[in-house]
Amino acid sequence: MQYGLFFFVSLVFFGFTGVNTYFDISKEDVELKIPKGFPKPVYTFKNNKLSPEVFVLGRRLFYDPVLSKDSTTSCASCHQRIAAFAHIDHALSHGINGLIGKRNVPALQNLIWNDAFMWDGGVNHLEVQPLSPITNPIEMNESIAHVIVKLKADPAYVAEFKKAFGDTTISSERILKSLAQFTGLMISSNSRYDKYINGEDTFSLAEKRGLELFREKCGTCHKEPLFTDNSYRNNGLKPDTSLKDKGRGAITGSESENYAFKVPSLRNVEMTYPYMHDGRFRNLSQVLDHYGSAEKYGANVSKEMYEIGPLSDQGKKDIIAFLRTLSDKTFIYDRRFVDPSVK
Amino acid sequence: MASFWLAMSFTMQAKEDGKLNIMFDHYVGKQPLQFDSVNYKNGASQAFTVTKFKYYIGDIHLQRKNGADVVFTDYYLINEEEQESKKLMLEPLPAGEYAGIEFIIGVDSLHNCSGAQSGALDPVNGMFWTWNTGYIFLKLEGKSPASKSPGNFFEYHIGGYKQPANCIRKIRLAFNKVLSGESINELHIKVDVAEILKAKTIIDFSQLSSVADFHNATMIADNYMDMFSILSTKQ
Ligand code: HEC
Ligand code: HEC
Repeated sequence: MQYGLFFFVSLVFFGFTGVNTYFDISKEDVELKIPKGFPKPVYTFKNNKLSPEVFVLGRRLFYDPVLSKDSTTSCASCHQRIAAFAHIDHALSHGINGLIGKRNVPALQNLIWNDAFMWDGGVNHLEVQPLSPITNPIEMNESIAHVIVKLKADPAYVAEFKKAFGDTTISSERILKSLAQFTGLMISSNSRYDKYINGEDTFSLAEKRGLELFREKCGTCHKEPLFTDNSYRNNGLKPDTSLKDKGRGAITGSESENYAFKVPSLRNVEMTYPYMHDGRFRNLSQVLDHYGSAEKYGANVSKEMYEIGPLSDQGKKDIIAFLRTLSDKTFIYDRRFVDPSVK
Repeated sequence: MASFWLAMSFTMQAKEDGKLNIMFDHYVGKQPLQFDSVNYKNGASQAFTVTKFKYYIGDIHLQRKNGADVVFTDYYLINEEEQESKKLMLEPLPAGEYAGIEFIIGVDSLHNCSGAQSGALDPVNGMFWTWNTGYIFLKLEGKSPASKSPGNFFEYHIGGYKQPANCIRKIRLAFNKVLSGESINELHIKVDVAEILKAKTIIDFSQLSSVADFHNATMIADNYMDMFSILSTKQ
């Protein structure tokens, strides 16, 4: 069903433009443009010079199940473009052989502003991130050495590496750098919220009230313009006793960080349901019920959580109306990120 | 200009730079390390065999008696299974008298945070943690009847570049005779696996068959920093 929708959307788009240069990537397509008001990125492409050929190689790898052991699972199997590269409707990720992972698939957007990756921040650099899903036994269950063997055996890939890097060497460094060009350019900054901030659009009264409330109750953690302050917090969820996921605490070994998770960006949040690291909430009203409730679990719950207080029904509705303004159709339908093999 | 270069190359030739070959010779106590077949004893008198032994060396400083250290910034993955990896060739070695060597076992913080890398630091070498980014500095694996894990294995994978799990250790060794920068030198460093299991804390295979927490990791790191000693220096 989800794949059907995905295919349909791509088809419509392809049909509208009707030109076969749709998937061509120009020099301009890979220029890094820092959106107005955004801070300086953490990942600058300084040691990974952006080029159309490397980006195209990264796109091909992202959509190619060859990265998984039995060639069934690609990055895009879990990261769906129409969901801002999160996965619609799966609480926990689904990997190779139908295995269920332990966490919810996050959106991929504005990654170059992240100082660490994953819900627990365990991965410290955009370039090495793909090693985690590729080698995880319940995700792609493959070794990078064997990925290299498979790519070397495919003349089309050999040609593409030559185009991208000048010679036919296929190495982990080149695979990882091309993926980083593709995912690193996934920038979402063209929502109605952005247009409103830049004076190019207006908000309804509910959206305005929602923004105001959001800034007061949520804005410290979900800090504008990225809607995260890149910190790890316990927002008071009841620990799931079957998953036993300690989050940040398992990375740092510090008990005071148990059950703290990365504050996720809320851009495109309308599309990235279900919510939280374990996908426990199906929709935004359940999320708002959580934030408005007095029940908070854990000794290390962030103090901002207690400052939220009860939320009225109207307040919740207004905040949700505001959150919907963070949807960025330009990003979702950006032809640069469309799977070129779906024609 | 041309004559200047000529003069330069002339003096360079006259006083040719030397080089230093370092061999890492693996032992368990007094016996040379041999995989699988040989039974050794740990500090708790438990028998064991070794099936894997590899580690990172880097940030090598050669200390001159007069003058600044000569620094080699590369990283090397020393692997018992690959004979070639146990020999490091450092050149050029500028003129001077060398009294000792300093290096780290592990990978420094900068190289742990630099993204995709090649050579010794290529993740294909299997010395990289993907869920909590960082290089594995040392792998020692083997079997012991004392180990309670399935198959009687023990498996120590040690790494971590941040506090409280910083397992980078600095090693300083003085040469037993001064080496000269103008010749080909050969240095044999003894690497004693037995020390990993006993130097400061005796490791009991029945208590510890694998390492998953910071406390045990740093404990073994404190042991492995004592596994190096100079065996011989030759000119
Ligand atoms: C089996 C499903 C699955 C596959 C396949 C998969 N991912 Fe993910 N991805 C996830 C999940 C789940 C997380 C969150 C993991 C965590 O927090 O431990 C994630 C996290 C990420 C993140 C971090 C996002 C952030 O903001 O921290 C990036 C980047 C990413 N994936 C890229 C990729 C790439 C590139 C590939 C292909 C090489 C890939 N993923 C394959 C499920 C998957
Ligand atoms: C103390 C910091 C903090 C405050 C204040 C806060 N959040 Fe969060 N938020 C988090 C953290 C941390 C998570 C991830 C928690 C997890 O998955 O365990 C999160 C997750 C979310 C998610 C799920 C996003 C996703 O992709 O799964 C939504 C939606 C959300 N918050 C909305 C809000 C709203 C609306 C408010 C204000 C009413 C708010 N948050 C206030 C820290 C905070």
